[in-house]
Amino acid sequence: MSRNHIHLPSETELRAKALESLLVEKGLVKPATLDAIIETYQNQVGPRNGAHLVALAWADADFRQRLLADASAAAAEIGCFGRQGEHLQALENTPVAHNLVVCTLCSCYPWTVLGLPPAWYKSAPYRSRAVSEPRAVLAEFGTEVSEEVEIRVWDSTSEMRYLVLPMRPPGTDGWSAEQLSRLVTRNAMIGVEQALLPGQLTS
Amino acid sequence: MRGGHDLGGRQGFGPIRPEPESAEPVFHSEWERRVFAMTLATGMLGQWNIDQSRHARERQHPADYLAQTYYENWLAGTEKLLLEAGLLSAEELEQAMARAGEHQASRDGQGARAVSKREMRIPGPDDARKILRSGGPASRESSSPPRFAPGEQVLLRRKLTSGHTRAPAYAQGCSGWIRACLGGHVFPDANSAGEAIAHHLYSVCFDSHALWGADAESFTVLIDLWEPYLEAFDAESDRCG
Repeated sequence: MSRNHIHLPSETELRAKALESLLVEKGLVKPATLDAIIETYQNQVGPRNGAHLVALAWADADFRQRLLADASAAAAEIGCFGRQGEHLQALENTPVAHNLVVCTLCSCYPWTVLGLPPAWYKSAPYRSRAVSEPRAVLAEFGTEVSEEVEIRVWDSTSEMRYLVLPMRPPGTDGWSAEQLSRLVTRNAMIGVEQALLPGQLTS
Repeated sequence: MRGGHDLGGRQGFGPIRPEPESAEPVFHSEWERRVFAMTLATGMLGQWNIDQSRHARERQHPADYLAQTYYENWLAGTEKLLLEAGLLSAEELEQAMARAGEHQASRDGQGARAVSKREMRIPGPDDARKILRSGGPASRESSSPPRFAPGEQVLLRRKLTSGHTRAPAYAQGCSGWIRACLGGHVFPDANSAGEAIAHHLYSVCFDSHALWGADAESFTVLIDLWEPYLEAFDAESDRCG
């Protein structure tokens, strides 16, 4: 049985509270600083940034080239830069190669374009299995990749940060980047799913 | 070190059971938010680096690391770093815990020892935003040319260390190919010991069968590895095939 990550032991809640009071009392941390950090990752930095980037790459061949050549620079063009995005590389899915990103040692993840990682990405089941049975992992996300397609699993062991550039779905000719971005899920940019098809949009 | 964190290829953890993407909040409770922010804010004091921070979480007993949730491990690591840096004492933490348990409002300075006046700037909200926006590149000029070239076959050395390393256990002793040279990057093994030296970083490609044997699924694993982890491949030293 795997532990889920929403379990809330009251002991932990108390420890967190105790540490915060102590840090504030000792003048080591300012409460407004904690709020600013939370606000940044709760509301400002998140996977819509990456979706915008992917949609631009689908809509604009020049931007796609720039993204594949230097993803940090391309992301900076749309205002995405900073911590955990200093060395960004885009991984292009093609009809012959499917990319999947994991961090087996901790939880390395491209914050500037995807925000903070989902709980499952940080969990022992994903971290242990993505590098040993990726097709089984993909199947758990409902993703079938044909046997002829090479699966490439990227273990984020350094400060390089990987963003999957999914394949543009069929039936989207003439769509604007804004329309296209709605097809780009966070999970597609980690590589556990494909981008949505137009018919899968809910609204 | 091969602690509870070194999870690649370990078995028995069961299915992944992801929450649906559209339903998953960034944080699952208030204490997770606060622990995340405290970890970043105390990191900004400049008393430890990212590799020391990772190592603090990894040094826990493997049973604790695996039993705790993600942000519980962050909390444990942050406490450890603060204690080891001498910014907090175990006694202060215990007292603060007792007060929190009794739901007492903390009084200014109660039970807390003044922190010695070392060179330390306490970041305000604007400082923090600026630090997060600026980031901190890990790339560094390297004085020597890269030892390996793309296409070259290499072996990831086996190494048992009690220190921090980013050479995952599952690939140690296995051979792969250099996909790309990524330039000089801060070397985590030394950085976690407070020595910020750089070595060439490589993207190394491993065949799944070299890692997991002939019956494994067919796929490729790409791992970022520093030059000191690698040696030129020699068929005699390939113990995985």
